[in-house]
Amino acid sequence: MRRIWRDKAALLAALVLAALLVACAAAPLYARLVSGTDPFRSNITGTIMLDGHATQVLQPSPGGLQLGVTPIGPSWHAQYLLGADGLGRDLAARLLYGGRTSLLIAGAATLCCLALATLLGIVAGYFGGIVDAILARLLDLLWAFPVFLLAISLSIVLISGGLQLGPLHIEADSLALPVSVIAVIFIPYVARPIRGQVITLQRSEFVLAAIGIGAPSWRILARDIMPHVATTLAVFAPLVMALNLLTESALSFLSIGVQPPAASWGTIIQDGQELLYTRPLVALAPGLAIVLVVVALNTLGDAFRDALDPQARLRGRG
Amino acid sequence: MAGRLPIWLLAGFAALQPPLAHAQLHRGGELRLLTHAASGTIDPQINYEGAFWQVFSITYDGLVAFRKAAGPAGNELVPDLAEAIPAPQDGGRTYRFRLRQGVRFSDGREVGVEDVAASFRRIFRVSSPTSGSFYGGIVGADACLKQPTDCTLAGGVAVDAARREITFHLAAPDPEFLLKLGLPHAAVLPADAPPLDVGVTPLPGTGPYRITRYDPQTALRLERNPFFREWSKAAQPEGYPDAIDYQFGLSAEAEVTEVENGQADGVLDTIPPDRLGEIGEAHAAQVHIQPELAISYLPMNTRIPPFNNLQARRAVAFAIDRAALVKLAGGPALAEPLCQILPPGLPGHEDYCPFTKSPGTHWSAPDLDRARELVRQSGTAGQRVTLITAATPAGRLMGEYLQELLRDIGYDAHVNSISNNIEFTYIQNTNNNVQISTSAWMEDYPAPSDFLRVLFGCASFHPSSDSSVNISGFCNQAIEAEMDQAMALAITDPDAANRLWAKVDRDITDLAPAAVLLVPHAVVLVSTRVGNFIYSDQFRWILSQAWVQ
Repeated sequence: MRRIWRDKAALLAALVLAALLVACAAAPLYARLVSGTDPFRSNITGTIMLDGHATQVLQPSPGGLQLGVTPIGPSWHAQYLLGADGLGRDLAARLLYGGRTSLLIAGAATLCCLALATLLGIVAGYFGGIVDAILARLLDLLWAFPVFLLAISLSIVLISGGLQLGPLHIEADSLALPVSVIAVIFIPYVARPIRGQVITLQRSEFVLAAIGIGAPSWRILARDIMPHVATTLAVFAPLVMALNLLTESALSFLSIGVQPPAASWGTIIQDGQELLYTRPLVALAPGLAIVLVVVALNTLGDAFRDALDPQARLRGRG
Repeated sequence: MAGRLPIWLLAGFAALQPPLAHAQLHRGGELRLLTHAASGTIDPQINYEGAFWQVFSITYDGLVAFRKAAGPAGNELVPDLAEAIPAPQDGGRTYRFRLRQGVRFSDGREVGVEDVAASFRRIFRVSSPTSGSFYGGIVGADACLKQPTDCTLAGGVAVDAARREITFHLAAPDPEFLLKLGLPHAAVLPADAPPLDVGVTPLPGTGPYRITRYDPQTALRLERNPFFREWSKAAQPEGYPDAIDYQFGLSAEAEVTEVENGQADGVLDTIPPDRLGEIGEAHAAQVHIQPELAISYLPMNTRIPPFNNLQARRAVAFAIDRAALVKLAGGPALAEPLCQILPPGLPGHEDYCPFTKSPGTHWSAPDLDRARELVRQSGTAGQRVTLITAATPAGRLMGEYLQELLRDIGYDAHVNSISNNIEFTYIQNTNNNVQISTSAWMEDYPAPSDFLRVLFGCASFHPSSDSSVNISGFCNQAIEAEMDQAMALAITDPDAANRLWAKVDRDITDLAPAAVLLVPHAVVLVSTRVGNFIYSDQFRWILSQAWVQ
């Protein structure tokens, strides 16, 4: 870990991530104590006081044919700091709430994806034979689908009726649905390298020695293989989370991810899609937040890889 | 010997010339239009999209047509390929037309009575989407609907070539039969037109323009029909532009920019909300706003909880803040609140709004207290309600607003946004158990039944079908009898029929199978060089009458 913290880029990335996480976690406090608005409640015909003047949150066009309404822009006051969206909701507060949802989905999907991928990769790699043949082909099958096409297909199917897995029912508007879809589509990306690593580890001297002295499989897996796989997972985790965040945003932007009244950065970009000319900040602000998080996660992922595999850096330098 | 004439003499000659007619002054040029995508087949008897009906209205003709005029005059029926509009005979069961002489298709062949008869058989042979609903009353149509390929319409359509007469026999009186003959699905095509969807291959027509190129990915082009000679200025006037060119593929944002820059002449798509203010201020003279004979509404499924309960449905109608929805639609210039089924301007419309703070003729404010009380009385409070909306930015905004409103009055409301391409069919199919959804309806022809009977008649409800436009599943026998009575009355006393339709409108509105929200207004942006903009309720902008020079 000391090696990671000596990497200034990684340190900066961690700080940016931490700041965003704290800000998003504090969304309810911001909405209640700072902006004083409910970011999930529309304010179509409402007004706010700005510099002593009552100002409509959704402002009619002032001249000409009076066509269209434009949400209020950044007020640079506590209320409507970054302006309003198309329903007159406080953009800054929604941005924080949206971040909570996006990061929660990306994080949860990452955990699920890594857990399932690790299980499949280890079982396939360690037990080999028919088990490996079946699991590897299943992973190949999943791998063969273009990842976004698969995500969109699954989401469209599940969004109308939810997901029924035996006694477990996930509602169509539950956050668990995008978590499940996103977790599944990236499993091959993690499971295949882990399977390969386990096959290699199985032939290593220390594993052969453990087998030789009659150590049970669970002990070999826990003591000899998992620690090595864990370092791989540590490198994968931030990278997969970045991919998950992008996928969540894309699905929500297409209306097949997070469902109202919940907001995510993807849904806020969609809200801003039809305000690009008049209020570009509605789409730009969540877009910028996504970029920040993805860059920070990728930087951290690179730092983990460099720290856990020093030879990679040496190889990189040629 | 040639020499120059003095200028005063030239001026004198000019003064002696008759003034140039508009037709000569503005004739010529190319009208360049932009729309993001094509609207499917260019078979006029199959395509059911308003965007292409606009094209068919100047490329094809029926026996009758809606007058090519702006405003309410555009809803008037005039003779087109027929010499006159016949009076119904046999108690409204028989219509006899005489075909004009000398009208030619765009391939040069003269239109004959056999072409007319064959065109009506083709409606069934190609399984036109309105073959049953609009033309199913013709004698012999039942057999044609069962066996389209063998359709003869025997006993239903008779021709007399010598007298150039076509006679339609209906199984029962239909006061709207003539209106239905004015639609593109009743276009007269050559008798040898193939009995299948022609897709991208244009069929010869009789209008002032013919389709010369159609590639659904890129463009559609109309050029003058060389065989067209104006026979009725009211039905099918000669066109001004030499060519009309549709370009597909741009986003609506880019289309607006092109027209603002004079690179194109018109945007046929919905103007993006963030460009409305700009065009309304900087390009006001190029903007045309037209109320439409259309409604935006929320069908509520009267067959499943909670909206199988009248009080629950009325609660929703009372709760909706139509002023907020008008604002979401772009302001009062772009929409107006409505509580009833029939939009203003349609025969039978009499202002009526029971679902407002002060019930009367117009909507004033939502009544949330009353809505909550009705939900409480209905015993449906707390029930789960899923609203289906189209997955468009505007649909999503409306869905979120309505979800909030449904929660406000006591429901556990959820929104499901589904692709705009399938939403309309999805909400019609009873297998999907849709409780409440957002929808819109635009007239096919200017008759109250096209709203009341089509959207809320028992015959429009088809369980387990994607084509069950009575989305609410509403079927009330007393109202059905009133509608039958109004239809029958329309043959002999149209005014009395309209009064009865107004009562039907009130009766259905009171039972709230749907909460009507708004009357939308169409916004068309044209370039500075476009003149003589005429917008008809039937076929939108009449492109043939636009001046581009």
